Amino acid sequence: MENNNLYVSPSPHIHSGDSISKNMYGVLIALIPSLLVSLYFFGLGALIVTVTSVAACLIFEFVIQKFLFKKEPTLWDGSAAITGVLLAFNLPSNLPVWIILIGALAAIGIGKMSFGGLGNNIFNPALVGRVFLLISFPAQMTTWPVPGKFPMTYLDGETGATVLSLIQWNREAVPSHVQMLTGDMGGSLGEVGAIALLLGLAYMLFRKIITWHIPVYLIGTVAVFTGIMHGVNPEKYADPLTHILSGGLLLGAIFMATDYVTSPLTRTGMIIYAIGIGLLTSVIRLFGAYPEGMSFAILIMNAFTPLINSYVKPKHFGGK
Amino acid sequence: MLRTFRIGGIHPPENKFSAGKKITPLDLPAQVIIPLGQHIGAPAKAVVKKGDTVKVGTLLAQAGGFVSANIHSSVSGKVNKIDQVIDASGYKKPAIFIDVDGDEWEESIDRSERYIKDCNLSSKEIITKIADAGIVGLGGATFPTQVKLSPPPGSKAEVLIINAVECEPYLTSDHSLMMEKGKEIMTGVTILMQAIHVTKAVIGIENNKPDAINYFNELAREYKGIEIMPLKVQYPQGGEKQLIDAVMRRQVKSGALPISEGAVVQNVGTAFAVYEAVQKNKPLVERVVTVTGKGVANPCNLLVRIGTPISKLIEAAGGIPENTGKIIGGGPMMGKALVSADVPVTKGSSGILILSKEEAKRKPVYDCIRCAKCVNVCPMGLNPTFLMNLTEFLDWEAAEKNNIVDCIECGSCSYTCPANRPLLDHIRLGKGKVMGIIRARKS
Amino acid sequence: MILIAIISLGGIGAIGAGFLYAASKKFEVYEDPRIAEIQDVLPNANCGGCGYPGCPSFATACVNADTLDGLFCPVGGKDTMARVASIMGMEAGGADPMIAVVRCNGTCSARPHLNNYDGAKSCAIAASLYGGETGCSFGCYSYGDCVASCGFDAIRINPETRLPEVIEDKCTSCGACVKACPKNIIELRKKGPKSRRVFVSCINKDKGGVARKACANACIGCGKCVKECPFESITLNDNLAYIDYMKCRLCRKCVGVCPTGAIHELNFPPKKEKPAEVTEKTNQKQ
Repeated sequence: MENNNLYVSPSPHIHSGDSISKNMYGVLIALIPSLLVSLYFFGLGALIVTVTSVAACLIFEFVIQKFLFKKEPTLWDGSAAITGVLLAFNLPSNLPVWIILIGALAAIGIGKMSFGGLGNNIFNPALVGRVFLLISFPAQMTTWPVPGKFPMTYLDGETGATVLSLIQWNREAVPSHVQMLTGDMGGSLGEVGAIALLLGLAYMLFRKIITWHIPVYLIGTVAVFTGIMHGVNPEKYADPLTHILSGGLLLGAIFMATDYVTSPLTRTGMIIYAIGIGLLTSVIRLFGAYPEGMSFAILIMNAFTPLINSYVKPKHFGGK
Repeated sequence: MLRTFRIGGIHPPENKFSAGKKITPLDLPAQVIIPLGQHIGAPAKAVVKKGDTVKVGTLLAQAGGFVSANIHSSVSGKVNKIDQVIDASGYKKPAIFIDVDGDEWEESIDRSERYIKDCNLSSKEIITKIADAGIVGLGGATFPTQVKLSPPPGSKAEVLIINAVECEPYLTSDHSLMMEKGKEIMTGVTILMQAIHVTKAVIGIENNKPDAINYFNELAREYKGIEIMPLKVQYPQGGEKQLIDAVMRRQVKSGALPISEGAVVQNVGTAFAVYEAVQKNKPLVERVVTVTGKGVANPCNLLVRIGTPISKLIEAAGGIPENTGKIIGGGPMMGKALVSADVPVTKGSSGILILSKEEAKRKPVYDCIRCAKCVNVCPMGLNPTFLMNLTEFLDWEAAEKNNIVDCIECGSCSYTCPANRPLLDHIRLGKGKVMGIIRARKS
Repeated sequence: MILIAIISLGGIGAIGAGFLYAASKKFEVYEDPRIAEIQDVLPNANCGGCGYPGCPSFATACVNADTLDGLFCPVGGKDTMARVASIMGMEAGGADPMIAVVRCNGTCSARPHLNNYDGAKSCAIAASLYGGETGCSFGCYSYGDCVASCGFDAIRINPETRLPEVIEDKCTSCGACVKACPKNIIELRKKGPKSRRVFVSCINKDKGGVARKACANACIGCGKCVKECPFESITLNDNLAYIDYMKCRLCRKCVGVCPTGAIHELNFPPKKEKPAEVTEKTNQKQ
């Protein structure tokens, strides 16, 4: 309306200025340190995988919104880009482009858009993409290139195992905690480099994008559970620090489990959810067939989120 | 650690441009429009008719029920007509139009500057005087004060809490009143304590007003039983239940009145009005109004006669800025957007806020991303996004179960939402519906 | 080996069957079979237009009632009620077919906007805030609560006038829009012979001058139509004329005398010159 009339609306008349895209770009910024670490250790491969994944997610998002939903695409709210980066972070750096494309389609198409787009999805899109690929292409998804210094190899690099596989099959070759902290180990792009991931966490907490509840309770649960098992049988079970620093635990706890859409609304709900993920992850890691259980644990607890939301109410003023 | 309420809350930019400005009386307008419904409850019944001559302080309309308030003329002159006018509620309501002629006051009113400290009236006499003067809660809720001072049988007040937090951004009318009328306010508080038979009063002041805190701490030495409590700046601390939680560390139960926890809350402006009514026989005919906004040339605190069109106030503050998008009666969080500048000042007008088009226009709404920010800021511990959905699906039963009626309409949820969802718009509607259903069930 | 399997599985099956049989006997609830029969002939739109929450409760009410007077399915109409009556072996209660009528003709051009509403796009929310974007606090907000409430796609907002239009073929007079409109603008009126109706398309109760200033098409309560009507079907209350559809004989004299064109006639064959304000489509069906 291009007239000089006054606006009239119900209160409140001011807004915090917060927006979806501000939050999403905040998460993207928090992902930068990890991206740099993965570029350092996995070089060209990491670059190709990340760029492909992000581009594919953006394109699928645009196409589906524009031509299937026939509405104005919300491409620049940053959510598709996050899905792209997180998907890439969950992939080995020597994955062929065509597999990444399938993963991106599964993530955006099945994981997000089939539920109606951002805000309506039940499962974390990036994890839907990753699990889809893990089940469809188990061989490609479980061979990881050996970390180097800016290696310029992509598909033809030397491959090795992740820490978690090593724990199960070859305890002598497990890297030291220092190596794990910096990221000098085999694994998916973004899982390596605990310090970089924690840096991202600190940034998100500072910007108040997420609260501390989910990461702290999740990691704490894993520490306690694996600690007990380590105490029972140190020969068979690795120490808690190794568990926390290895695999996708930190990446999942900081960036995937805290996804707004698929995590519970209340503090108590978040704590239940985080403990659930921690327990499931530990159980899968210690007793399951897969060496890694983070993605499955998060997806399972995602499914419980609506249930948690309907049972766990916020603390009501005045009790009752 | 300063106290504040314990659930939720936000801290919007304070923007108190008119802080520290002296209260200046505004010139009399040519005509005042005095609505008959300036308070919560039944509108008052007019006792004057067209052509009557009135003075300042003449009773224009009598309380129309138990929860209602008298209305007095704020000017001297002739009643022009009694007609419908669009007031701050946005609907046409009956109002008395008075053409101003000179400035003659009723003889009973003590207009001198003399400060009278002692009051030897009984509780009943005080409450009658307050009712006669037509005093209502001046913080914006406009609940008739005499009703609040008459607790239901079986309940006993323990402490009087004076709301001087002024948690709404921009507004400074209470602050300026406190700096200039400190002694009178303290006496008003003492009178209120006498009225409800308590020996203890707490004045809650947010610590963004250090000058007021210091000044009142000094004054408090001379008045018995009044404690000054600085509070952490947090919106909506001026909410009755929030203030009680902050001051007393007690949470009033859902649906209960503050008196159930032994508290009576009054606004600091009300305390001043009580002083004037009881000690000076002066009915509520004028009040302090802040005129402010980023584009306003001269943000100020004005002493205004009730019924003055707000366009006069804006003129005094430097005129309507170009690019004005919204005129708000009250603060930015809970004030009402006005349809025009012809709306008169009423007893509840604490401020006039002018927003530019860019500030005023709401941004496009996106789907909820379940970030739970609204849940975290809700001071009543509700789940705003869920309540909005229930209202949209007309599921009143579930809305009631999820305590929609506890919403205090503070707007923290809508303020915070990154998807710009109009949470409060919907919740307010649902709250009204559910309250109607509850009322129907009871009768 | 096979024998053991057969016996054990058969045994489990038999026990389960016995259990289910006992449970179905014990917890059986008798339901009048006519309820299901009636439900089959109902439209099953669950619109609530009959006054009951959905078709099953209407069917139950029909079965439990002594006569069918007062029970009427506006969606199915007379045919459906005749079928219900035959199932019940009773006489069908009579009811004139009704239709939703929008009683506001404050188009954008007739009713200038004085402010811009910027809240959630819902008439109910706007109504709880204030009187509306125009000077008329009785008129349509045009945010489409009626459209959202209609289960039959029978009402839409005309993009030009910003007023709701009832699509006559689709309207089942269920009354959902009547309840949804916070301003009580929509009324159910007798559909009339060949869908011909005359009604006052305004509910503004302000004084004439005020109403006129707010909207050029408003009823100003001048009372000309009341004097003109030969059948005393028009009443004037609070500056607003109302035509009683039970008394109106559709002579259309009032339409001509209305100075603001607030009285609308619908679906009449064009006289000499078709009045400009008749915007709704002529119903050709009958």
